[in-house]
Amino acid sequence: MSEFIGIFLAVLLAILIAPHAQEHADRIWAAVKRINFVQRNGVFISTYLIVAVVAWTVFMIILPQLYMVDFSFRFNLLPAEIGGPKDTYTLEQYSYLLFGRAGDEDAMNWLHLRVFGRTILVSVLVTLFDFAICYPIAYYMAQVAKGGQARLLFLCLILPFWVNEILRAFAFKILFGTGGVANVVLIWLGMLDEPFDFLKADVGLYAGLSYAYLLLMIFPLFNAVESLDHNQVEAARDLGAPWWRIHFRVVMPHAKPGIASGCTMVFMLCAGALAAPQILGGPSSLWFTQIIYQWFNTGGNWPRGSAYAFVLLLICIVFVMAVMRIFKVRFGEIAK
Amino acid sequence: MNSKTVMKIVVSFYVFLFFAYLFGPLLMMAASAFNVSTFPQVAPWEGFTFKWFGALADNGAMVDGIINSLWIGLGVICLSVPISLAAALMMTQIYQRLQPIYYLIVISPVLMPGIILGISTLVFWDKLGVLAQAEYESIFYNGMFLTVVGQSTFISAYCMLIFLARLQRFDRTQEEAALDLGATHTQVFWKILIPFLRPAIFSAAVLAFLTSFENYNTTVFTIQAESTLTTVLSGQIRLGTKPDVSALAVIIIAVTLVTASIYEVLRRREMAREEAEREAVQRAEAAADLALTAKPIAAS
Repeated sequence: MSEFIGIFLAVLLAILIAPHAQEHADRIWAAVKRINFVQRNGVFISTYLIVAVVAWTVFMIILPQLYMVDFSFRFNLLPAEIGGPKDTYTLEQYSYLLFGRAGDEDAMNWLHLRVFGRTILVSVLVTLFDFAICYPIAYYMAQVAKGGQARLLFLCLILPFWVNEILRAFAFKILFGTGGVANVVLIWLGMLDEPFDFLKADVGLYAGLSYAYLLLMIFPLFNAVESLDHNQVEAARDLGAPWWRIHFRVVMPHAKPGIASGCTMVFMLCAGALAAPQILGGPSSLWFTQIIYQWFNTGGNWPRGSAYAFVLLLICIVFVMAVMRIFKVRFGEIAK
Repeated sequence: MNSKTVMKIVVSFYVFLFFAYLFGPLLMMAASAFNVSTFPQVAPWEGFTFKWFGALADNGAMVDGIINSLWIGLGVICLSVPISLAAALMMTQIYQRLQPIYYLIVISPVLMPGIILGISTLVFWDKLGVLAQAEYESIFYNGMFLTVVGQSTFISAYCMLIFLARLQRFDRTQEEAALDLGATHTQVFWKILIPFLRPAIFSAAVLAFLTSFENYNTTVFTIQAESTLTTVLSGQIRLGTKPDVSALAVIIIAVTLVTASIYEVLRRREMAREEAEREAVQRAEAAADLALTAKPIAAS
């Protein structure tokens, strides 16, 4: 009955205000058409631009991120309990990462903390390693190689980039397996007596991770070094600078934004890698993302997984800030 | 032998080593697809065979995964190309003061680990589903749909960069000329802007599809009960492997190499053509300038 009265009142209200609303709408319509943005694009295109950009920025980027953070401060509840009295904010999910379950023998959750520390440390090392091996190639391609040769090298670099991340990890599994080529070659050379389990020792994982993100280091470096005027290198050489000083004082300062950008990308992808650790990781070692994955699957604790993911995100943000501080570059230069 | 020659040899050797590192593992994997051995390996070589390609066709889960991946790739193209085009156009028009913050927001998905995008998409749509009191079969819990949305979040950012690069060379006077001649805004958009952006739209679509097809980190969280090529692959590789995975790798590498090469060649040709056009315009302008300056001199 009350529903019927509601509908009746709504219809009455609509009939009463309709003429005014019409006038009002016309005025709003005219005002909308006067806005600069609408004038410039026309009504149809303006609508498309605004709808698409809002859908992306608000509903795909901002709100999901914010909600994930909100979610990580909640208890792991059954669907029926959500919104009920138990649905309050808590730090439980974060304290689990630090201290583990209350009543465990250890005061700290060493298992997860150790995995976390290892992930960060190895990611930093992989980043440094990738920089060390990519810098000479980037410099060679950008400053030394000539026209056709440079184009060929560039094409050769791009092609492996299109091979699936999982297949790249798989390739390393074949390479480093007990019957893999690495073992066969080392035994043939007489450096090993019996097959060594590279995967168990995580050698395969480290090699696979450095390999997977190599190209994200080389492209920013290449772009940055390429914009350097080769005359500057010549001038430094003419003035008697040894080759290593030319690199430290001329080329690298010029390539700073590229170095920062490459390091950020490699670190972020490495710390956030999931496929390579799943495929190449030893049976007893974990990567931080694998723990997150477990909370979402067999662990069945989404808020805790979200909390762990947020910690990972924070680490990546801290790393970006640190790189910006160290290299004294602005954000816009990194994210080019 | 002077130090310059030594340096050259060292550098060449280094370049060789680097590319051996880049291609060696992939070649090894490709070779293992043709080895008779039931374990994917190159040594010992037990004989040449094509049987693993046949085994691949019988791998039902893999075939289903590939079909899902193709659909998701198409979905990502349909979602991320229009979004990124709008975002790029918006970038050129937004208030100067707002531009840095807008740029930070739209570029952030690129600088974020993929698993975080997957997780946030998953929990957000799950919440929306709860709020809407949706059925379990509804779109809020549909793995394919969530994967398209999750992947598009960051793929749109890549595509936007392609559009921005192209838009930098757009001559706004063309637009103004069309408007002066009586075209509507919508006509200008379809007849001037879109034709100018066509190569970028093509590049963005190819990039979107390839990135979607090989994505794992975001997909593995959003896909839930469904499967894609990458989730099937990763599952099968973890459980222990047969060389049919290598056979698939050979096919994928072959297809991507051909696609990527064609794409690269086309892109380079396009760039060369534009370079030539720009040079021609510059030459024409220079000639016009010359004519203008020459005339008064001739007249005097």
